[in-house]
This record gives sequence, structure tokens and C-alpha cells, in this order.
Amino acid sequence: MQAFDYRRPGTINEADLALKAAPGARLLAGGQTLLPTMKLRLATPDTVIDLSAIASLKGIARKDGGLAIGAMTTHAAVAESADVKGAIPGLAKLAGGIGDPQVRHRGTIGGSVANNDPAADYPAAVLALGATLNTSKRTITADDFFQGLFATALEENEILTEIAFPVPQSFAYAKFDQPASRFALVGVAVARTSGGVRVAVTGAGQGGVFRWTDAEKALSANFSAAALDGLKLDASNVLSDVHGNADYRAHLVGIMARRAVAG
Amino acid sequence: MTDQGIGASVKRVEDLRFITGKGQYVDDINRHGQTYAVFARSPVAHATIKNIDVSEALASPGVLGVYTGADLAADKIGGLICGWMIHSKDGSPMKAGAHPALAQGKVRYVGDHVAVVIAETLDQAKDAAGLIQVDYGELPAVVDVGSAQAAGKAQIHDEAPNNTVYQWHLGDKDATDAAFAKAAHVTKLDIVNNRLVPNAMEPRAAIGDFDPGQDQFTLYTTSQNPHVARLVLSAFIGIAPEHKLRVIAPDVGGGFGSKIFIYAEETVCIWASKKVGRPVKWVAERTEAFLADAHGRDHVTTAELALDASGKILALRANTKANLGAYLSTFASSVPTYLYAPLLSGQYDIPAIYCEVDGVYTTTTPVDAYRGAGRPEATFVVERLLEVAARQTGRDPAEFRRQNFIKSFPHQTPVIMAYDAGDYAASLDKALEMADYKGLAARKAESARKGKLRGLGFSAYIEACGIAPSRAVGSLGAGVGLWESAEIRVNPVGTIEVLTGSHSHGQGHETTFAQVISSKLGVPIEQVSIVHGDTDKVQMGMGTYGSRSGAVGASAIVKAAEKIVAKGKRVAAACMEVPEDSVDFENGEFLGRGTNKKMTFGEVALQAYVAHKFDPELIEPGLKEGSFYDPKNFTFPSGVHIAEVEIDPETGHTRIDRWTAVDDFGILINPMIVEGQVHGGIAQGVGQAMLEHTVYDENGQLITGSFMDYAMPRADDVPSYNVSMTTTPCPSNPLGVKGCGEAGAIAAPPALINAITDALGHEEIAMPATPQAVWRAAQKSVRKQAAE
Repeated sequence: MQAFDYRRPGTINEADLALKAAPGARLLAGGQTLLPTMKLRLATPDTVIDLSAIASLKGIARKDGGLAIGAMTTHAAVAESADVKGAIPGLAKLAGGIGDPQVRHRGTIGGSVANNDPAADYPAAVLALGATLNTSKRTITADDFFQGLFATALEENEILTEIAFPVPQSFAYAKFDQPASRFALVGVAVARTSGGVRVAVTGAGQGGVFRWTDAEKALSANFSAAALDGLKLDASNVLSDVHGNADYRAHLVGIMARRAVAG
Repeated sequence: MTDQGIGASVKRVEDLRFITGKGQYVDDINRHGQTYAVFARSPVAHATIKNIDVSEALASPGVLGVYTGADLAADKIGGLICGWMIHSKDGSPMKAGAHPALAQGKVRYVGDHVAVVIAETLDQAKDAAGLIQVDYGELPAVVDVGSAQAAGKAQIHDEAPNNTVYQWHLGDKDATDAAFAKAAHVTKLDIVNNRLVPNAMEPRAAIGDFDPGQDQFTLYTTSQNPHVARLVLSAFIGIAPEHKLRVIAPDVGGGFGSKIFIYAEETVCIWASKKVGRPVKWVAERTEAFLADAHGRDHVTTAELALDASGKILALRANTKANLGAYLSTFASSVPTYLYAPLLSGQYDIPAIYCEVDGVYTTTTPVDAYRGAGRPEATFVVERLLEVAARQTGRDPAEFRRQNFIKSFPHQTPVIMAYDAGDYAASLDKALEMADYKGLAARKAESARKGKLRGLGFSAYIEACGIAPSRAVGSLGAGVGLWESAEIRVNPVGTIEVLTGSHSHGQGHETTFAQVISSKLGVPIEQVSIVHGDTDKVQMGMGTYGSRSGAVGASAIVKAAEKIVAKGKRVAAACMEVPEDSVDFENGEFLGRGTNKKMTFGEVALQAYVAHKFDPELIEPGLKEGSFYDPKNFTFPSGVHIAEVEIDPETGHTRIDRWTAVDDFGILINPMIVEGQVHGGIAQGVGQAMLEHTVYDENGQLITGSFMDYAMPRADDVPSYNVSMTTTPCPSNPLGVKGCGEAGAIAAPPALINAITDALGHEEIAMPATPQAVWRAAQKSVRKQAAE
């Protein structure tokens, strides 16, 4: 790891100032991606701004009939939260299935969502649930937030602060593990909301997490696994690698969607 | 003492320090004034080096030296060696290219060592390594072993035309061909034994430390055999004469074969410590381990089995192309030849066997011994052929095996080995019972009802361990003898230090060897220290690999203990004033037969050093004895493993539902440690069969170069094993032990693939049977069922 300046602001305002003072600085949340990347010298920031001392970024609250989760809340905290288990149990289950215990006690929801790894679990939940992403500057809808592999609507000097989830009628996430990394080879999140069914897919998209609109239509009309029979995801925009060619991943999307619907 | 002796499941005495972080691994050792080495490695698979410009790196902060192959050559440092000469079937010696520790003129795989930077800090060394400018003239990569020998392929070494190191064979071709000609049935399989990356938990590391005052080198290194490392670094590479080179292999966190070999990194560190006049440390990062630790397996084989109408095996024929990688690693040549083909008789009475093996260079990481080393490859060939032949001829795979088992011993196979003892039917019977083989049909039906595919697979393996009788391996081309040494130093108060040439890197020798002493000398294991891994303490040794430390290393300890008892009897006789031939030694006491006189082991030790009560003309003072034990035969552990799997055809996920292992390791020194070795071995075999996928692209880049893409087995990939033993004592060594370290890794892959193919209903799947591969194969099963 190359030497860098380390800042640990106590408030979002201080973090803002630190960001402005150090162009190119990287925000450190749980460090589950940034730190390995720095160790491999694939990232060599001059300044790292650690968000862990900002108390307002942590915590889970019932708010406006929904669930507000601070960006620096760990996966373990979400998995164990009575509020999450009560409001969106499938979200607690998803958080409890990320990585291993070490990862879950360091990694954060904000870090995961802001990184937008194409195989991460949280982006599927955020997109399927139609969550709102609050930042130091504004509010962004999930549909606008995810913009491609490792790309989001977050601008320079913008800090993701909170993710607000509306409570759906039901939500479930089914994933098939990539055998080596145990990231999602394919993960499908299905949310049944007052506005219809939303289906979000991670692990499979060449452009990262995406909504499977054909499945949404079918499930909005008839919310059952059988409604997906005969529905095939077009494999032309699906990822291929040593663990799964596009046809296999596209097939798994259908299977995981059925399993998510079946609960 | 029997509660601690041979046969007792004593808890491992070394584990307290390992699990509380008190172990001393190479990276825990820091020498005064230590500097850090970072290697600049080739980013391309095959290229000439037109120019290396190190000037910018040399000027980088903290840099003490930047060296290339030219610097090693200028100091007359020799290349790395391969210590086993193989002759081709035409009688010509193998065609080995040079293996410089730092590249000279050419690079031959991604990760090949181009230059080294020595700097004050690790980060400074990394910074500088990034500033080395290498002008490569790229050449085509040669990745696929099946086509590497074809005309027109890029030539990797000038010395080896058509990238062929040797074309070797074993067995009687004419007799085998004749048997096939009269066969009622022939089963033929195309088999790929997939390449594996060893991935010991502790990456390799080295510290070279030159003491100019004594003109003495010390190398701390992650080695399974420090004495062999010293021999090679002295006699072949030319670092320093042996008495000026000390090699220390302290706690080592797993080897699995990959730490047998003498690599470029430790060679360069020990040499560079004199160049820069400071200790030089290198610790591999995991990426380097993937690229530059010798890989394992990587065979492509066509194999055939000939049966008569009654199901009796008549002959076996195999043709193998073995990928040796870009250079010959230390024992690379022997693994696909003498550690492979002599095992092709398996547990079976096969009258004729013929095997041809081409050793092939490719522009990939060198390949050498990895847990099992040749024996897993042979067992996979034999046990896949047996299973498929049974299926094709409508025979029960268990009874087909039983029909062809070797039933009387000793048994001379047509491929060198003379099996000394075994009872293969006993293991099979026990395994069938434990696995509830009779209930399989009902379990298959239950799985089918859930939309799942269930299958069961056998593996009746044999291995040759306790490598090896020195004269025998010498006649086959080995460059060294494969005896082992032991020295027992009894202190005046009766505590004992045992110096062994074996090396423990996870096996638990500090416990099991102490148990042997406890049994033989009647002292509690708390009074015994096992000393290993330091050439200044242990005079000479051959190290630990090939499940040899029990059969050879512990046998040497027994021989030395017998000498201690003999000497102790003479001392005791003098002290007790009884005739020497009337002293018995039982349970740690020397007894004057027919008298009430007795002395404890500690009392005799004290008298041996006090030396007041015997005539020094007749008895030398002191109590210290040594032994070099050379085994008279290999040992032949065997067993039957039965795997049972359930496949989800929708996803290709394969769940191992049951695993039954019945092994015959002869006498067990510590059954708990043996069972642990079986567990670990099976996990490694499961890794090979289902998870571990070493993939190079057509340019020779390792695609699966990290744990993000290379799947190691995890706890939830394996079931709770059902392990048991049968026992036929090994007649070839004083303990009756056979060796257990590799059995699981040898047995598991064919058991699993036989189970998966049983579930699929066809044979078209290769290792690793990843979810994607199983899903694709299951589509074929579904179509096949529909057609039926």
C-alpha cells in the first residue's frame, strides 16, 4: 500500500470540507473493497477520508412509514435489526448472506451501494424496493442511482448518507453463489409493492444491476412462480466469465426469480 | 505410559502455539538491518528480453540494489535443478532447458522472475520494481498441453524440440496389446486431470542473512526439506559450501508439496544478502503464490481397460501428456512417470499394463508434486475406468471391483511395485455397510421425487508411500537417496531431544514422534522435544513429502531408540552389577532378570553421564544415538471411499450428501491425527473434483489468479465425513505404519466424479464439476431421459 493522508472527520460537514480540500480523495466506509484495492496498488489515493467517526451516518430507524438505514450501518447490524426484520425481513436475510462474518461486521450498506459492484447483493434490494438514496447534497431515486459497472449518480464531493426503503407487501432475494468469491453469480430481488412488482437482478448484467421488466409485468399480473414459466431473460446483455456463460446466468436468473417469488 | 504411546489419540502439543498466534513462521522472524526484496515478474507468457533498464529503479529512494540474470551469471550462480533423470523410451536422457533463477534472455510464463529490487522498505522495493523497464519481444504462448508438441508451435526451450522433455514408457506393450486384442469388452475414456494451485495457508517466504565475520550464510525458508535445500543451494547452485550455509525451516504453514522445491526467490535472497551486505527478506503475496508456486496435476490421458467375458480385467493401457510448465521444477520429471504409472494396477490383479507419458513444456507456471503427486492421477484413471467398465457391462461396481481385487500378498504388479500386504475386500465390505449401499435405490427414488438427481461413486485406491528404498529409486533416476535420519539425545535427567530429518508443516510430528518415543522408551511425551527444520541442529535429512515421515522418519527414530535401550542396558547392568544379557527394559525401567534390582530410565541416563560406575574402556559415557533408516520397500496404504451426491438439475449445484471412507494405513500412531489427515485430504480432493479450476487464456494469462476466481473448498462444501479404518500392519517397517497424508486427496476425486456421473446417467463431465458444468451435463441427462 502506498502512503496516503488519513482524515477522520466527525461530522458530514467536516467530511465535505475534507473532500473539497483534497481533490481525488477516497471515502472509506467499511473498506471491504477500497482497502484490498489499495493493497494491490490498483487504487493509490493521496487522501483517504474515513467516515467511521460520523455518528449520524450509522443506525436504523422507522421513518415516514419506511425504513431509514444510515450509510455507515454494517451488514451485520442490518441483519440483526429488529426493525428491519419486522418491516422487510427479506432485507435482513439478504444482509445476513453477504460475505462472511468478518465482512458483515466491517462492510456497510452505503459502501456497497456507492461501489455498485455488479455482483453485490445490496444494489438488487435497493433497486427492487425502489429505495431513495439521500446524500450530502440531494435525494436520488434508485432507478436514477445505478449507472453501470461501479458507476453511480454520485458526484465528486457527494457523500451518500442514508438509504430510505419503503415497506413492500413482500420482498425476497434469492442468489446463487459464485463458487470462489461467494459473491452473487446471479441474485434476484423481487419486491411486491403497491405500485406493482419490481424485479432487480445482480451478478448478471453487463451494465451492473438492472430491472427485469418482463418478469415484473408477468408477476404484477399473477404473483406466482408459474407466472414466470416460459419467460426467458435475453442473454445478449448478460455477463460471461469462467464461472458462468451468459446462457447459464440468464437461465439462473429465471430460476432465482422463481425461488424468490416462492419465498 | 500407554495412554500417550502409539495408538493413543493424544491432542497435538503444537496446536496451542499455532492457534494462539505464537508460532514462529518465516515472516515472524526479523533480522537486524533487514532489507526487502520484490521481484519484477514477466507480464507476458513468452518473450525474448531485448533490454532491461534498471537505472530508474536504482535511483529510486531506499533502493540498495537491482539485479538481473546477468548479475547472477557474473557471480557464477547456477540455475535451478531438476533432481530426477528420466530417460525416454529410445534411451535418450530427458531434454531439459536451463532454469535460471532470474531470466536470461527470455521469459517463459507470466510470473517468471525478471529482476529483483532490494530496498530499505517493502514499499520502496515495490515502487522501484514498478520502474524497471523491460523491452519484450513477444512470442506466441503455448498453453494447451494437447497441442504443445505439434509442428509449428513456438519453441519454449532450444534444448527441447517440439516442447517435448521426454517420451517415457513403462510396462509390456506387446503383452498389453495382445490382451486387448482378445478382450470381450474394452472401456475407453478421455481424461483430463485438472491443474491445481497449491495455496498453502502460509505463502512462501525467505530471509537470506550473510555474516561476513564468519563467512556464513543463513537462509530462513518455508521448506518441507531444509537439508535438500541446503544440498541443492550448495552443490548445484553454488551459493556456498554446505558447512558455510545453514538452512532453517521454522514453523511452516502447510506445504502440500509446493514447499519441497528449491525456487528462484530463496536462491536470490540468500545470494543478494551478500551483495547488499544486509539480510534480505521476501514474503510472497497471494498473487505471487498463484503465479510462481509450482502447480499440481495437469494431465491429459487416453485410457483403456480390457475385460474378458467374465468380467476379469485383462489389461490396462494409458497414454498421458503431462504438462510440466515452462521449466522443470525440482522433482517435476518424476511425478508423471515413476510416481504415476507404477500405480496403474490399483488394487487389482491386472496381468498386463502399458503406459506412455510425454512430458511437455508449455508457457505456464511449472508443475511439480502436489499432495499425492502422480498417485491421484493414476487412481483417477484406474477408478474411472473400473466404474465405467462396470456400468457398460451391467455389473455392480462394488462386486466388479471385488472380482478383480488382488487377494494374495506379496503381489508383484506388471509396473514395478510389489505390494506387501492388504485386505481390499475388508475395506470394501465395511464401506458398503457404513454407506448403506443397500438403501441407495430408495434414496435415489426419494431424490427423484424432489426433482433431484442422486448418485453414488466408488474409489478403491492404492498409493505407494514411505518413499523410498534408496537403491530402488536410484535405479529409476532419482538424484538422491530417500532414507531418513534420527538422533536421540537423552539428557542427564532423562529428558529427551529427538532430532529428525523429517519436517513438520502441519502434520503433528511434535506429537506423533513423541508418542513413538513414549512407547519405545517409556517416558511421558512431556519429557520429549522434537527438533527439526534446522541444518545446524539436525545433521542431515530428506524431509517430509509423499506420506513418508511415519514410515521412514519414525522408523529411523525407532532404530535410534533401540540403540538407546541397548546402551542403557549396558549402563544399567554395570550399575546393578548384573550380566548385560540379563537386563530387560519394560515400561521405562531397566530390570535385572531374576533379581529385584531395577533402575528407572532417568536413573540410567544420569549414570551414563556421571560415568562413575562403569569402565570407560568398555562403555563410553553419555546417552546419544543416531540412525539412518533406509526402507526396504514402499508402503501401500489403500482403502475404499464412497461418495453420494444429490444434484439440483435446475442450477447444477451438487451437494455431497454422504462420504464414507474406510482406509487401511496399517498401525496408527495417533488415530485422531490420522482422521484429521483423511478429512483434509478429502477436502482437497473435493476441491479438485468440484471447485478448483486453473484457467489460462490463450495468451498464457492466468484467469483464475486469486481467490475471487479460484475456488478453494470451504467447510460448507464438504459433508460430515464417516471415517473408519481396517488394519493390515505394514511388514516393511518396524512400526507397521503405511502413511495417511495423501490418501484423501487421492481417493476423493474419482469417488466424486463417479457419483456425479452416476447421478447424471452419462460420463460426459470433466473436473472440476463446477455448477455450470454440472448444469450443462444435467441438461443432457434430462434430454436423455426424455428420449428414453
